[in-house]
Amino acid sequence: MDDLFVRVITKMILPFIQLYGLYVIIHGHLSPGGAFSGGAIYASSLVLYTLAYGLEKGQKRLSHNTSAIFESGGILFFIFFGILGIVLGHSFLTNRQAGFSMGNLGQVLSGGLIPVVTFVLGIKVMSTVVTLFHNMLEEER
Amino acid sequence: MKWDKIFTIVLLGALLFVLVASIGELPPMGAPDSPSYNETTRYYVEEGTRDTGSTNLIASIITDYRAFDTLGEATVLFTGIAGVAALLGVAHHNPKEKEEEENHG
Amino acid sequence: MNFIIGNINYIGAMVLFVIGLYTVLTHPNLIKKIIGINIMETSIFLFFVSIGYVQGARAPLVDPGNGGQLLVNPLPSAMILTGIVVALSVSAFALSLVVRLHQLYGTIELDEIIKIRSVETDD
Repeated sequence: MDDLFVRVITKMILPFIQLYGLYVIIHGHLSPGGAFSGGAIYASSLVLYTLAYGLEKGQKRLSHNTSAIFESGGILFFIFFGILGIVLGHSFLTNRQAGFSMGNLGQVLSGGLIPVVTFVLGIKVMSTVVTLFHNMLEEER
Repeated sequence: MKWDKIFTIVLLGALLFVLVASIGELPPMGAPDSPSYNETTRYYVEEGTRDTGSTNLIASIITDYRAFDTLGEATVLFTGIAGVAALLGVAHHNPKEKEEEENHG
Repeated sequence: MNFIIGNINYIGAMVLFVIGLYTVLTHPNLIKKIIGINIMETSIFLFFVSIGYVQGARAPLVDPGNGGQLLVNPLPSAMILTGIVVALSVSAFALSLVVRLHQLYGTIELDEIIKIRSVETDD
């Protein structure tokens, strides 16, 4: 798409979409949303960038190596926090009994394991959707 | 010529009639004493914030009480993207290996 | 009449299911079949989530000020969240299979693919 109008509007509106996606991911335990919907909103900003500027510039934003690190690292981080519960003496993936700090109710830094897991899962979902889109476009060459 | 479509429409109409008629056997929608609001849900609603420390009950269910299902779902996402990459993958040629093959051959 | 208005969610879910099934059975185009499968999955999500509705209740977000309110059942919504992600993965994989089929046979209509395959095995 070589339209000048689409490119200018995309450049102006892209930071707002990313900020909204990050807000939905980070406040997953306070307001409706969570990891999966926030990751989809964040991914739609990168898909818009690829649609407006072409595949070459889109792949520079999220290359194959970066998406591989995000995807594998997401699941490994989850399992690391679960095994941390086993090391501290309780069962797999415990939250309050294993001694994670709870914090005050209703603030962003509360709930022990929950904000960390939500953030990592949100990044993973974003990387999955964008990689799907790039793989289906790359095939035409 | 068009008997196939008419036969399909009649058969699906009968299926729709059977499905709608079986709605009458379900408990009415929105009743506060329906059998799906049992002791498990009452425990989650009453003790959820005290056990996990988050005010969103659905987030506390999928990341604390039933976090193992979320781990399985992350695996399903990863397997799906691995399948797509295996089918539509682009073979990244290493330019150094190609030059070595041409020099040796 | 009261029966239809009271259970409108269930009736809508079943009508969508039958529409999706008709789309899968009738059209010979492969992408329309995949769209029909998506419509059927959406209808099942609607049916499952509307089981947990309680009349006159709030969304399941606890207000720390005043407790003891009537809340909607959060358990079916949490189960459907996983189901939506599985539906996305299945649709993506099916679409990549359609791309490979188009490369191999040159068409995506099911009648022509069956005709090409039956001519190949006869020889």
